[in-house]
Amino acid sequence: MKQMLLLMLFLSAPALAVVGGYQYEFDNPEDEARFQQLAEDLRCPKCQNQNLADSNAPVAIDLRNKVYELMQDGQSDDEIVDYLVARYGDFVRYKPPFRADTLLLWGGPLLLLLAGILLMANLRRQQKVPVSNLTDAEKAHLEALKKGLQKDSDS
Amino acid sequence: MNRLLLTIPLVIFLFMGVLFWIGLGKEDKTSLPSPLIGKAFPEFNLDVVEDGRHLTTADLKGEPVLVNVWATWCPTCKAEHAFLNQLAAQGIRIIGINYKDDTPKALQWLDDYGNPYLYNLSDPDGMLGLELGVYGAPETFLVDSDGIIRGKHIGDLNPVVWERLKPQFEAMQ
Repeated sequence: MKQMLLLMLFLSAPALAVVGGYQYEFDNPEDEARFQQLAEDLRCPKCQNQNLADSNAPVAIDLRNKVYELMQDGQSDDEIVDYLVARYGDFVRYKPPFRADTLLLWGGPLLLLLAGILLMANLRRQQKVPVSNLTDAEKAHLEALKKGLQKDSDS
Repeated sequence: MNRLLLTIPLVIFLFMGVLFWIGLGKEDKTSLPSPLIGKAFPEFNLDVVEDGRHLTTADLKGEPVLVNVWATWCPTCKAEHAFLNQLAAQGIRIIGINYKDDTPKALQWLDDYGNPYLYNLSDPDGMLGLELGVYGAPETFLVDSDGIIRGKHIGDLNPVVWERLKPQFEAMQ
């Protein structure tokens, strides 16, 4: 097991080095952190389950370069994301914008939660059927039964 | 009433099952909607592969065209090339963007397989490709006479795809 883990560690080492393979130079650590964050928050359009930082696809490299270039031009994070969205669509963002056509996406879970709560409340209410008092006829019936039982035990 | 409530989970399950089933068949996960539809073709100033002259966005206007993004390193581009030749023979105007490629290789390719393009724009560093949101060649844009992008197809052009694009392309005439 230990050997397996070690092997897996070695196998994953090149993947970690990939982003390091395209070194970008920054004036300060803040910009470097910004770049890293952007590359992680943007999705590679070609390989849709990877972000720009992880992907080694040519288009991801191009987009990383573009992000770097736009950052050097002094553009803000929002401007950079908007630039890419204008060309590649909302798909490059992992976090979809809140718009009319994404309303169900954002509101859906809340709706489901509400439906669940309503259903629970409804079921609860139905389980708690109040016990009503016995009517006179029922009381008389009960007495009669009790008497019958006593007679049985007497004899 | 209680009995009816008991069937709710089953109904929800069936409803979601049908929804997912439809979604599975319908969604083509490899082609993304382009935000460029309805927008002007991006500005460019590039060399023509065949003769080296400079062209700009203004040269694109006048008549509707197919703009086909291709490269010699792209196997699917080779697969669609014969069909592009057919389209060109039918008089469809096609402009090529030679995307992240070498001009000598591109010229050799056009020599070997025929040239269906009116001309090819050389985009060696893929900057026009980036402006167009290209993420995998081949991609084909339908551009109208005013230079507005009206449609986009990702993947190879073939008779089945053309069946779908043709009415749209003819409507632009």
